[in-house]
Amino acid sequence: MSVADARLASTMNVSLTDQARRLAALRGGAEQRGLDARALAALAANPGCRRRAVLDAAGVDKGAVAGRLGRPAPFGRSPFAIARGTAFEARLKADDCAALLEPLRRHLGLPPGDGDRLDTPDLLPRSGPAVRAARTSEALAEAVAASLADPALWTLLDHPMLRLTVAGAPAYLEPDAVLVHGGRCTVVEIKSFPVLDGSADPAKVGAAARQAAVYVLALQEAAGLDGPSGSPQDPGPPGSPELTVLLVCPQDFGQRPVAAAIDVRRELATTRRALARLTRIEELLDALPPGTSFDLAPDPAGQPTRPVAELTAAVDEVPAVYGPECLSACELGFHCRAQARAAGSVEQIGRGVRADLGDLRTVAAVLTACAGGGIPAAPRDPAAAEDPATEDPAVEDPATARLRYAAALRAEALSGVALSGASG
Amino acid sequence: MSLLTTLARLEAIRSGRAEPLATVLHRHLADRPMVLVPLATAAEDGAPLAVLLGTDRAEPRLHIVPQPLNRERRAEFLAALADDLLPYLDSFAAAVELIEGSEKEPATGEKTVTTRELCLDAPQLIVPNVGSVRHLALLGRATRFRRTAEDPDPGPYPAPTRVPLLGRWLTHLTERAQVPGSSLLLPMTGLLARHWATGQSLLEDQHLAAQLAWHHPPAGLTGAEAAELAETARGTDGRLLHPPAGPATDPRFDEKLLAPAIARFDAAQAAARQGRPDAAVDLAAAVGELRHLLLEVLLPTWTDVWRGLDLLRALPPGGHLAERWESDRWSYTGHRDRLAAGEPPQPRVDDAVTAARKLAQREREQVRVGVQEALDDPLAMAERRLAGEAFSGVVTELEPAYDTSGRTPKPRPLLTVHTTDRPHADLGREVHRASGPAAQKAEVVAFDAAAGLITVRVVNGMGRKKEPEAGSLPQPGEPVTFTLFELAPRQSAPLPEPDDTPWTHGGPPSAAPRSASVSEEWA
Repeated sequence: MSVADARLASTMNVSLTDQARRLAALRGGAEQRGLDARALAALAANPGCRRRAVLDAAGVDKGAVAGRLGRPAPFGRSPFAIARGTAFEARLKADDCAALLEPLRRHLGLPPGDGDRLDTPDLLPRSGPAVRAARTSEALAEAVAASLADPALWTLLDHPMLRLTVAGAPAYLEPDAVLVHGGRCTVVEIKSFPVLDGSADPAKVGAAARQAAVYVLALQEAAGLDGPSGSPQDPGPPGSPELTVLLVCPQDFGQRPVAAAIDVRRELATTRRALARLTRIEELLDALPPGTSFDLAPDPAGQPTRPVAELTAAVDEVPAVYGPECLSACELGFHCRAQARAAGSVEQIGRGVRADLGDLRTVAAVLTACAGGGIPAAPRDPAAAEDPATEDPAVEDPATARLRYAAALRAEALSGVALSGASG
Repeated sequence: MSLLTTLARLEAIRSGRAEPLATVLHRHLADRPMVLVPLATAAEDGAPLAVLLGTDRAEPRLHIVPQPLNRERRAEFLAALADDLLPYLDSFAAAVELIEGSEKEPATGEKTVTTRELCLDAPQLIVPNVGSVRHLALLGRATRFRRTAEDPDPGPYPAPTRVPLLGRWLTHLTERAQVPGSSLLLPMTGLLARHWATGQSLLEDQHLAAQLAWHHPPAGLTGAEAAELAETARGTDGRLLHPPAGPATDPRFDEKLLAPAIARFDAAQAAARQGRPDAAVDLAAAVGELRHLLLEVLLPTWTDVWRGLDLLRALPPGGHLAERWESDRWSYTGHRDRLAAGEPPQPRVDDAVTAARKLAQREREQVRVGVQEALDDPLAMAERRLAGEAFSGVVTELEPAYDTSGRTPKPRPLLTVHTTDRPHADLGREVHRASGPAAQKAEVVAFDAAAGLITVRVVNGMGRKKEPEAGSLPQPGEPVTFTLFELAPRQSAPLPEPDDTPWTHGGPPSAAPRSASVSEEWA
């Protein structure tokens, strides 16, 4: 390493710890919330939201913050759902994963009963995350080398621990399983929603794919890949992950597992972009006034003591990008919705409406534009529009004109009608 | 979301209450609908938990599964549900009218008159939301292949005959619900969202209580505030005042109340099996407690569905409702006939021809319902006018003109309409007169966009005489609407019989192995 490189590395190191310090200050005394794959996947769902990016990067407990702000997240998992998930996975892992291996073999095209060619290394499940991650990468390397040496050999890593650098800090992720065969590894994701007659709920499959994409990303990092890759022609170096993951679900109404391969290339690209944004978190932090903190200042009993007004002000320092989808994906969704409503932003009825409304961003602006007059006198004339000489200086924005026209049509259609339904 | 809907939603935000999206009712509402509110076990949509149903809002009937994971309890529930629902579904089967039609013998081309039965009325199920429709579809899928004691191979757990029958009805109704404009099975959130805009997103509208809150916000609250209360307000015991309409229950309710109550039922049942003396009393108490709990969760939604029906019934019915309901009656009659003929249950996956037919039917009905709604409702027509697919205005001039190319001159009058609309009216484009005395076509001959004047040449619908029939043409000063789309849907190209399925689409389904008898593993 040259002197210049060393200097560069040391400045990077300084900036990283500096960033970690700033993030810790935002979090205050609270324990850091680790980013799990679900949270990372959710980030990709709304990559433009700075509020979420900053709070997640700092590891703030958004649920607790939302509760203190007076609009707690309505999330929760039913004990029945948890029990079902646990029961299904236990059934798969029983008898040395006999039930799980059957669909995996079928997928890989391996003969049944090749138990002697299968390796299931011990991954030290009772250790700390850093130890487990080190053991996993060791086992992964051994498995890749072994499977390259003898194509008939394969390895199942049960609950490995993967490491992914997120915003300069390590996040530890635990996929359900990783398969190694023929020098490549495949993420296996176990879900308890059923595959009925060959199809499953697309929303649930999408969520599982986004989650699995995070694991693929971590495996790519482990294999030393750091960029979009993986065309079918160039699968990457040995040990790099397959870009299709295996989803194992119960079949129909029973408990028999069925495996389906899912292509996660699109989700991978989205997640990669979202995480790249997170690593530029510094720019977002620079925009915050000094002293900003999301500390709840809990008393010894764990009850937050931070004044609500102060906390609200701190949260409001980071702009949010609210859309109705946030309600089901982010703990702060109800808070942001209340703010969007108070501000009268049009996104409160859906992000898609912006396309129709041009520059108008608030409810009041839209309705004022509609009230601006009746139907515009001169309909748009393409010939006139092309010739700037004939253009009316008072010509309005086409979106506004269309809006006004729509409002006039609506008023005309409703005028002859007694509006008994809505108010009665 | 169309621009007009967006506008209506924004108006609802300003006014704080729901705003109309329709001036007439666009779906048939039966005089005696069956309201059905189902609940499912969390994370297991196929496992029913309870259902509240009935045709009388004052007398809902409750069926529950005290232990949703117990196969026998579930079977008892399904049998009870079948006992309750099948008589209602069957009650429309007997009263029929005879419809005469003609059938063409393919070989000889000879026409024979046939009569077919058409049921005079059909059942209608109203459920709270789309999730409930999906749940009923799953129930249908889970039960229609159940083997009964009458089967040659009844298996270890034969079901009563009415259980697979219920499954076939539920499958038919949920399949029919996929057809645009159909009314045999309707979700209330969808019905309300078709007729009114709330000041919230479509996503939030899936919560029935929140959507209804925009219709009758309590005094002093805006619709948004009332909707948020409906979503989140909890009582002192931590229970939601307005439980979600399902099919999934509130996770906190599951954790704090439902799971302990089910555990008590399990304990009482275990005690009963061991033959403890007062076990029967405990078991009855545990079941009673569960029934009480689930009834409290279901009743608010039950009331909401009926309130939604009240709102909808205040609207005047659209002109084409009877015509579309007739299609629903045909659908009902067809299924009745298939059951009577002893046909096997609907397959798990449709064969190629059936799938193509269903798709073609849905596309056809989508067009038809779009056209009919536009004709019935000026607000629906406004959508088409905004999209440039129609124009309305006042006739300014009617100039007689004739087509003299043939042996006798035919009337081809020129009609000039003043409109503020901006249709995509290219010269020569065919347009159709909406709501005229008879179907009438015309073609655009001049369009002066700056002055808002469109001149069309009327080509038919004027009788067979040399001069147009009196009253067949709009007169100057009269309002008129022309559409650029046809008012009658086109027939799609014929599809082959299933037995003639080409090999490109898998060949005839009869050649493939039948899967109906495959045994099903049960959780």
